[in-house]
Amino acid sequence: MSALAREDGGAFGQLVHAEWTKFRTVRGWVIGTVFAGLVIVLFAYLATFRHEDGGICVGASPASVTCQSFSHPQPALGPGGVPVTDTYYLVHRTLTGDGSVTARIGSLSGEAQTAGGGAGVSVQDLVGASGAVNEWAKAGLIVTASTKPGAAYAAVMLTGGHGVRMQYDYTGDTAGPAVSALKAHWLRLTRSGATLTSYESPDGRSWTKVGTEQLAGLPASVQAGLFVTSPPATDLSSPQFFGGEGGANQTATGATATFGRLSLAGGWSAAGWSAQDIGASTELPTLSSVGEKRTSGGFTISGSGDIAPAVGAGYTDEQPLTGVFIGLIVLIVLATMFITAEYRRGLIRTTLAATPRRGRVLLAKASVVAAVTFVVGAAACAVSIALGNHILRGNGNYVYPASTLTHLRVILGTGALLALVAVLALAVGTMLRRSASAITAVIVLIILPYILATASALPTGPSEWLLRITPAAGFAIEQTLPKYHQVSYLYDPTGGFYPLAPGLGLAVLCAYALAALLIARRLLLTRDA
Amino acid sequence: MTHALRAEWTKLRTVNATAWLLLAAIVLTVALGAGVAHAVTYSAGAPKDITKLSLTGVYIGQAIVAILGVQALSGEYSTGMIRVTLIAVPRRPVVLGAKAAVVVGVVLAAAAVAMLGSVLAARLILPAGGFTAAHGYAPVSLGHGATLRATVGSVLYLGLIALLSLGVAAAVREAAVAIGLVLGLLYVFPVVAALMGDPHLQRHLEQIAPMSAGLAIQSTINLGHLPIAPWAGLGVLAAWAVAALLAGGLSLMLRDA
Repeated sequence: MSALAREDGGAFGQLVHAEWTKFRTVRGWVIGTVFAGLVIVLFAYLATFRHEDGGICVGASPASVTCQSFSHPQPALGPGGVPVTDTYYLVHRTLTGDGSVTARIGSLSGEAQTAGGGAGVSVQDLVGASGAVNEWAKAGLIVTASTKPGAAYAAVMLTGGHGVRMQYDYTGDTAGPAVSALKAHWLRLTRSGATLTSYESPDGRSWTKVGTEQLAGLPASVQAGLFVTSPPATDLSSPQFFGGEGGANQTATGATATFGRLSLAGGWSAAGWSAQDIGASTELPTLSSVGEKRTSGGFTISGSGDIAPAVGAGYTDEQPLTGVFIGLIVLIVLATMFITAEYRRGLIRTTLAATPRRGRVLLAKASVVAAVTFVVGAAACAVSIALGNHILRGNGNYVYPASTLTHLRVILGTGALLALVAVLALAVGTMLRRSASAITAVIVLIILPYILATASALPTGPSEWLLRITPAAGFAIEQTLPKYHQVSYLYDPTGGFYPLAPGLGLAVLCAYALAALLIARRLLLTRDA
Repeated sequence: MTHALRAEWTKLRTVNATAWLLLAAIVLTVALGAGVAHAVTYSAGAPKDITKLSLTGVYIGQAIVAILGVQALSGEYSTGMIRVTLIAVPRRPVVLGAKAAVVVGVVLAAAAVAMLGSVLAARLILPAGGFTAAHGYAPVSLGHGATLRATVGSVLYLGLIALLSLGVAAAVREAAVAIGLVLGLLYVFPVVAALMGDPHLQRHLEQIAPMSAGLAIQSTINLGHLPIAPWAGLGVLAAWAVAALLAGGLSLMLRDA
């Protein structure tokens, strides 16, 4: 390293030191930074405590207020500890050792809960485009380790709108041919040791394999047979307005299918078929009109519920991090003032006289702002997550399990989010020089897209684009849950879902901060102070 | 008072930024409203509040109005102009009153243009998205009582935001802190309220948050499901504005400029 470079490095170190001194000797800024950290932790408490078991309440006058349950009790856990929904109507027999079941499934028909709360009438509008049957209504053949919710299973099914599928252990989903639910179809499921293989056929003569899965932990004797279920219809078209018309409405639906030409092969028990409504007590809204009817050569079965991963069944790290939004505003104000205050008081001329290399001044300021906000933000998030999750669990709520690595990513990532927004604010403050305009610009850039995407009536498509191309994409770093295409749900940020992967979202914000910094540097170099 | 009003009007009128901010408020409000109207398409199921959709622009317009309200006072503190103002008009409540009258006046005028523009834009755009008579949607029209209330209410909403911002600026003086407080109250309050774990707390927060409560005035359907009734909601925002002005007035009278 040349002497010149060393001297240069020393010079930049001095610059950072000078900026750090400016920062720490202004009492208001230090108090403000500490306040930002404390407010994040305070809201971790406010966002998680509950003084009584209530529900989401809507309504203007006491008479019209309606509440629905809001707490998240412990869901059933599937293989691997994944929280699952496991509610369906099963007609089964014990199968010991290897064997297979074949059936012809007549058309699926559906029904939905009516507005009055009673079940019965088919409501096509509520249930979707594919006729009166829910798109993820399922009727088919299943092999399950037991009839306890959360048991390991493999199933082949005809769905309302997604053709034939083979699904297993709740999260697994293999698509077969996209046949219509309105036409009869043949299905077959065979067990051979731990291997489950499914087939489908339009006529019962020419068979095509749908999929093969190895199921760990399947006992020698399993329950196998016919099942029907139908998940609640989620009205995805009307997301929640803040202070508005309530959240995504879920309407219980049911499905009915006829099973005929039943044929069994292998070690089936001699005892006849028995019927059971599996997992009847569940958070999921279901219809009570389920049951089975014996027909010549088969059954007519009605079911309601779902066999799928449970989405929205618990809290994540995002809940304790509610206060980040407030801390963000405080830090935006501070970071902007870090430069605009110099302009207002004329200190900028002294600063630039001391260091004529203006670009470095900006870089030194950005380093100080980024380092301070990152440390304070990450520390506050670490405390918030530990405290918030502890309170949530203490209140009997279910908190999605997450690895230490995931927690660490959320904590450090949110610290980085705060640091990047602070750098963005510093850069915009340098460009505009006026604190009111600069702060407004940054808040409008990062908070407004989030509000429009979650609170306004924008449909899903434009909402997702807002969270892809604006700095608000950075909030994706707090996302910890996977999306499941086989579960229809309002995957929006209030539920902890973002359109971009966590790192990618943060990268978008990073690009904004860098671009702003470059423009600010250019203006600082070319304008008079 | 007339002199104070004239003085404030001259100051506001001759600052270049005022015209730009008002223009920006109008353009951004209409643009966001039109964008949302364009993005939304008809689907069967839950009916949509197309009036509220058309007026979505206030979400962004209010930010510009807040700058205007804050700058009207903080700008004078940062340049020292406030001392000249207070020498010319020693009665400080009169200064604040005159400022409030002038700022609210121009904001109401700009807001009226912005809201009429939004309604007009939505009237032209929405039918293309399927919001037609065939689907049970009449064109957005001020002849419809609830729509008129929503539109007039949105104009008043922006006027109240200007008052709130002016009051906060008078109370804390520093422009950066004032705008942070105002935008935090407006934008972050409802976001945080929506994420509250306790549903009762959540509901109460939505009833007192200036934006959630104030924008209840824009709803024209499902009024029974709102956390607060439309005019009562605007009243909540008015209470915030009055409280901010009182705090600002007190601060102006008790502290040295």
